[in-house]
Amino acid sequence: MYADGARFLAPRLRSKPPPVGTGRGVPEAPNEIDTPVMEAGHLTDAAPTAMRGRLEERLRQSPALAASLILIAIFIALVIGEGLHDVLQTTVNGLSLGAIYALGAVGLTLVYGILKLTNFAHGDFLTFGAYMAYLVNVTWGAPLVVAVFWAMAATALLGLLFERTLWGPMRRRRAGFLQLILMSIGLAFLLRAVIQWFWGTEIRSLDVDNTSSVEFLGLRVGETELIVIVVGIVVIAAVGLMLRYSLLGKRMRALSDDLDLAETSGIDTKRVILYTWIFSGALAGLAGVMAAATTNIRPELGFELLLPIFAAVILGGIGDAFGALAAGMVLGVMTEWSTLLIDARWKVAVGFVVLVVVLIIRPQGIFGKAKAI
Amino acid sequence: MSSASKNGALLSTEGLTAGYVPEVDILTDVDLRVNEGEIVTVIGPNGAGKSTLIKSIFGLVAPREGRVVLRGEDLTGLPPHSITRRGMSYVPQLDNVFQSLTVEENLEMGALESGRAKDRIRAIYEIFPRLGERHTQAAGTMSGGERQMLAMGRALMPEPSVLLLDEPSAGLAPAFVEAIFEKVNEINNAGVTIVMVEQNARRALGMSDRGYVLDLGSNRFEGPGRELLDDPKVAELYLGGTARLDIS
Repeated sequence: MYADGARFLAPRLRSKPPPVGTGRGVPEAPNEIDTPVMEAGHLTDAAPTAMRGRLEERLRQSPALAASLILIAIFIALVIGEGLHDVLQTTVNGLSLGAIYALGAVGLTLVYGILKLTNFAHGDFLTFGAYMAYLVNVTWGAPLVVAVFWAMAATALLGLLFERTLWGPMRRRRAGFLQLILMSIGLAFLLRAVIQWFWGTEIRSLDVDNTSSVEFLGLRVGETELIVIVVGIVVIAAVGLMLRYSLLGKRMRALSDDLDLAETSGIDTKRVILYTWIFSGALAGLAGVMAAATTNIRPELGFELLLPIFAAVILGGIGDAFGALAAGMVLGVMTEWSTLLIDARWKVAVGFVVLVVVLIIRPQGIFGKAKAI
Repeated sequence: MSSASKNGALLSTEGLTAGYVPEVDILTDVDLRVNEGEIVTVIGPNGAGKSTLIKSIFGLVAPREGRVVLRGEDLTGLPPHSITRRGMSYVPQLDNVFQSLTVEENLEMGALESGRAKDRIRAIYEIFPRLGERHTQAAGTMSGGERQMLAMGRALMPEPSVLLLDEPSAGLAPAFVEAIFEKVNEINNAGVTIVMVEQNARRALGMSDRGYVLDLGSNRFEGPGRELLDDPKVAELYLGGTARLDIS
């Protein structure tokens, strides 16, 4: 079924290679929006050809549509091959994984878009959130809801702390891209080491009910998993609305688009950067608790999620917050679908495959606008 | 020197010296004076420091010496967003719109108080009707001229008293160049003082109250726009030789 996808994407590869390299600084010449749909309309004598041409054009202009069609094609192929029940069951499982990816990816992509910082420590923010929840929920015996809010607040504070002590000073010294990456990798190891120092390497779990499940339409969903799915979807929707309509959300997108222009427009960029760290940290903390609730808690929890989260960031278009949300969900569902065909131990590989394929054929991401990375 | 602000200049620079690399000054000791309601154009050959001048006025390049004074207040060392709050806006030459944001969102980013944003956006659409027609379009998909208009509209959102324009006509199709200059005039007539840097020196000086000629980082000539245009020395050095190619 991947062949279907290849056929959808192949025409745009041949005729219009994705722009690679820097698109900034070069004034894009007056770019009239070409209207090839009209041209295709002239070919009335060859209606099927015109139809195909029109479809190809639509797909070329809207890669998100092409991606949706590929997804639907894969879904149908899987239903034919494996049966509707199994596909729906894995889809439900994929929703909880997808919500974790999406909430992890949106913060990572905004931090990258605004600060040009590839934060490898982001995965360990998730781990930190999970252990903070453990501290409150298990060690102190407070209800999980309290633990979730505590984990979000603590992780947001951690993000703020590093901005104040590390990233801000490094930017003022004009640290390069590579220095920042290396520092974030170092920070990731440091965070994990500190967590291990306090809690050791043993596998722990939150005080949640992982045995009872609910059944509807013949599908079985664990109660905890169902809560994770509902909370995840509600939060993703809220984050999406906040980014689309609130002034802070618009400003975050503006900074992600062009930090210098935001500053010259009169936006207090330093303040928006602090809010971005709070936002990114809180969502990472929540994603960490969600991962902890559906699986278990160990020091590698976040690091293992980091690479699929990176894959979601790239699939969604680096720096594109809406893209990251959608791509996270898509990637989570695809990962679970893969267990229908391959052993579940290998499902993590789906993230890597998607990462490599997207980087080769469309480096600006499926949901990204026609913007170069 | 400080007399500049005393005798009523709206904006002035006093002995401005600035640069990017340590020990290399791009600007040396530049004095500029802009009166309320004027259009002032800075011309000069490539590398003369025109853009650096406008950037150091706006706090994007930190001056090494000298001051920038707006309405008697020293702006030197303030970050750009605070300068915007004090009544001066800036339109960069390149990358001057948020590409992934819509036209309306771009304008909103220029608003300092969200309460006034709606009224201001309506006022901007009256100046640039084309922006109103396209208010939901992503700025990245617009033509160069439309982007320039959007960038100017965004800069006008906080109702600035001074508008700094860095080469507003650069890279535009000829039809748009004239339209942009007309808009600059219109904005000026509405009471906004304009300081612009321009490659299109003849056209810009022709509509300016006064002009400055910058060369090697210092001001060489200064005077009313038409006088500079007619000055044979300025023409020879900076307007493309003695073969006078008047465009009018």
